Amino acid sequence: MKKLINDPADVLKEALQGVAAAHADRLTVLTEPNIIIRADAPVQGKVALVSGGGAGHEPLHGGFVGMGMLDAACPGEVFTSPTPDQMLAADKAVNGGAGVLHIVKNYTGDVLNFEMAAELAGAEDIEVEAVVIDDDVAVKDSLYTAGRRGVGATVLAEKICGAAAEQGKSLAEVAELCRRVNANARSMGMALTSCTVPAAGKPTFELGAAEMEIGVGIHGEPGRERKALAPVHEVVEMLAAPIVDDLPFASGDRVLAFVNSMGGTPLIELYIVYNELNQFLSARGIEVSRNLIGPYITSLEMQGCSITLLKLDDEMTALWDAPVNTTGLRWGA
Amino acid sequence: MSYSQADDWIRAFAATAAANKVYLTELDSAIGDADHGINMNRGMQAVLGKIDGIGETDDIGALLKTVGMTLVSTVGGASGPLYGTLFLRMGTAAAGKSELSADDWAAALAAGLAGVQTRGKAELGDKTMVDALTPAVDALQAALADGAAFDDALRRSAEAAEGGMKATIPLVARKGRASYLGERSAGHQDPGATSSWLLVLAAADTFAGQAGQ
Repeated sequence: MKKLINDPADVLKEALQGVAAAHADRLTVLTEPNIIIRADAPVQGKVALVSGGGAGHEPLHGGFVGMGMLDAACPGEVFTSPTPDQMLAADKAVNGGAGVLHIVKNYTGDVLNFEMAAELAGAEDIEVEAVVIDDDVAVKDSLYTAGRRGVGATVLAEKICGAAAEQGKSLAEVAELCRRVNANARSMGMALTSCTVPAAGKPTFELGAAEMEIGVGIHGEPGRERKALAPVHEVVEMLAAPIVDDLPFASGDRVLAFVNSMGGTPLIELYIVYNELNQFLSARGIEVSRNLIGPYITSLEMQGCSITLLKLDDEMTALWDAPVNTTGLRWGA
Repeated sequence: MSYSQADDWIRAFAATAAANKVYLTELDSAIGDADHGINMNRGMQAVLGKIDGIGETDDIGALLKTVGMTLVSTVGGASGPLYGTLFLRMGTAAAGKSELSADDWAAALAAGLAGVQTRGKAELGDKTMVDALTPAVDALQAALADGAAFDDALRRSAEAAEGGMKATIPLVARKGRASYLGERSAGHQDPGATSSWLLVLAAADTFAGQAGQ
């Protein structure tokens, strides 16, 4: 394992210390329990947005704390769900009297811990609503699994709902919007290499030099299938076709196209992916009216990418364009 | 069951969680994310620190709630809320009691199991800890209905949990991360059912040979 770390046991702690040192103007980092909150929290009268999950997906979620997005993020250990005491501390720190929305990626650990946290917050008279994001079409959604994983749509939901909260929407309205974003978004990812969890010290899975994993999750979970490496044109087809078939997206739709790096794939390759995706969608009459390209929901140093498509309406488009000022995403402010 | 016996049971579970840390993690690496033993051991070590400093009390309910809250805040993953809920519900059922009869114990364990099922939405046969705890509760209640002594009832409960744990081997997981493997999860013993068996076994071992109440 080659990593720029001091000790595997100190990765989260030292990274949070770095965040605190770098961004004290915008963020407050608390320990015991670990939470990252807006420096100006609580914002009185505004619905507060709290998310969280295992570390290792940076900039998600801590990099999206700030004006126009999240009020707090709860980081767990690398790829391990945070605990309810963190979420409760975050809820208390950011609740401005208008309630708190929990945005939860659909992983059993995250869901159960956020459920317990919502009960604890309720016992302290903090109004909490939770929305579970489950946009990964690589996983079969059936009664016999834990359901689809929450991946790229999480970033889009945090941005769009953060803007709505900033505009003074109620908790019920922001939660409903969040469900609408989730219902209109689909994602799928792929990996060229594995990633190495610092505490494990060895790659999560093995991929041959000429292989790729299609449908991989953001923790290196197995995907739909392992295939021989193929040109980008074909890889984009393998990811985008299941996405547009699933909702389905149709000719005339306007979409936000999000091409995300799993951490190890450089921007130059993401633009090649985006170019292929744009052509794929154009050929089906689907108009890309907004895009996001870069490493926003990563899987440590894994090479690979994911594609997320969100079917936009006018309200979502306007909220996407609204000002945001976080360390991971910033425009208009 | 006295307060000190309940305390002994928690300590015995912590010891067995430590001794089986690698075993539980190996089971989890086959169908999960290879951290169950590590997480349970971390949680139970934190529990030991907490109950050492709990001070003068004989409230078994308070003891069990302390265990539950500690597990909730230290274990993470799915096991933290599930084991946390098990102990919190047992603690609620035993609230204010300094002595648990066999029937009290059975009622507390049943309440704990109900909490786990509510939290995790798992049914019998989903390849989870419910598959060990359900037969444990059923065997306990059946033994007590037969007039068995407390220690004998606990032994039968542990044997039933072991049977339930082994019965998870051929099952296809329907909950948690293992469910993503579909058919590939068959052939592996469920790590959560295994730690649940260890929990019930620790109770039986703690009471072995002691006079039943």
